[in-house]
Amino acid sequence: MYVKREPLRIADVKVLPVIHPPFRRLAQATALISVVFVAACAGGQPDAQAGRGTFDPYEEQNREVHAFNRGLDRNLVRPVAKGYDAAIPDDIENALLRFSDNTSLPGAIVNNVLQLNMRGAIHDTARLFVNTTVGLGGLFDPASEMGMPPSTDADFGETLHVWGAEEGAYIELPVLGPSTQRDTFGTFVDFFTNPLRYVLENPAAAVDTGTGIGGGLSRRSKFSETIDQILYESTDSYAQSRSLYLQGRRFELGGTAGENYDDPYGSDDPTAALEDPYDQ
Amino acid sequence: MTSDTSRRSFMLSALAVAGTMLLPRPARALTEARARALVSQVVSDINDAIDSSGSQAAMIREFERIFGRYADVSIIARSTLGAVARRVSNAQMRSYTDAFRGYVARKYGKRFNEFRGGRIEVKGVREVKSWHEVVSTAYLPGQSPFEVRFLVSDRSGQDKFFDMFVEGISLRLSEREEIGAMLDRRNGNVDALIQDLRNAG
Repeated sequence: MYVKREPLRIADVKVLPVIHPPFRRLAQATALISVVFVAACAGGQPDAQAGRGTFDPYEEQNREVHAFNRGLDRNLVRPVAKGYDAAIPDDIENALLRFSDNTSLPGAIVNNVLQLNMRGAIHDTARLFVNTTVGLGGLFDPASEMGMPPSTDADFGETLHVWGAEEGAYIELPVLGPSTQRDTFGTFVDFFTNPLRYVLENPAAAVDTGTGIGGGLSRRSKFSETIDQILYESTDSYAQSRSLYLQGRRFELGGTAGENYDDPYGSDDPTAALEDPYDQ
Repeated sequence: MTSDTSRRSFMLSALAVAGTMLLPRPARALTEARARALVSQVVSDINDAIDSSGSQAAMIREFERIFGRYADVSIIARSTLGAVARRVSNAQMRSYTDAFRGYVARKYGKRFNEFRGGRIEVKGVREVKSWHEVVSTAYLPGQSPFEVRFLVSDRSGQDKFFDMFVEGISLRLSEREEIGAMLDRRNGNVDALIQDLRNAG
């Protein structure tokens, strides 16, 4: 008889409000209220992160979104990314990538401050200063060439994590792809707290959006083999991208190392150790 | 008579003592130095493979050799089966492990060309639970450096790595997900899975 693998086992997951991005002002207000709410729920929870299961109660809806995203990639993003890669010289593509990285720094600095990571905030500020001035507005990356620390890439999902909010359920977002409830909320807040986006009326914002998309396309073509392998070569691309996202994200947030990983060699019960280390 | 018996028992105990001394030690003899040595060897083999500009087939063969030699393929293969590993026969497990080795070699070996012009450096070792974790950094042209972590254990009787993490993504856990999906598609039929695996990757 075939034993189906056990699904989720995170005992008490706080369900964060899932935001559908409709109106900007309203959304900002909701964001603030929800932050307070999240912070409030998070208090007193020890570390439920250690559960480390795959909590996916919305699997059915998520799979529909995944099918949509896959179709979008196959019919639009992938061919456009290939065309973009072929049409734009590599040097320009890399410059635009660097520019798009540079515009994400202010948001990262804000999040570092919110996380009380002052060292990170200072490093990112220095990087922003050097790359914006010497690096001609971020088109070049003299900061890395000078050996400055790499950017922290702090985001609001990470801030929520630092504040003690739990990961919540796995969610696959339309267009944006894999996420969790906490990160969906984080992405949403990041979108509105990116200082460059505040000035939507300003032409710089349009440039930013343009290079943002360009950057995304560059990344799509740069990692094309990896993405193709996940989306089109794996047996269950939904499960594979979910697993990769959660592993990668948990690693970014610090905590995949050692402690949450079980010895596959086991000792007492020869079979228990063969269970997914995260399921225990 | 008595002296015979005592001589025999002496001989027996002597043999027994010698036997225990010759048996492999179950104690954790794996040291940081040995874990680091293993990974340095793996890394140097990989770097050599990257430098030699062979065909894709040659790359895959090379990767299969490295994987088979330095990784504990049987424990990785076994753990990707999850609970199913309990109900398969030894013969099935053997052919599964073989199919798995080939599958991993093809799947990852064909991506080796992305490492061309790059290099991997071992950065540090630490002991975690019953194994050692060797942290290295991969430098690939045109990409920011990223972390590659090897988990090394001697519990198979030899120093071998039983998992590899690229930026926190575990080869063993990811393949477990994939094998699980392949099994689901075949309604849990392990023989069908082995057939599929021989052509996959």
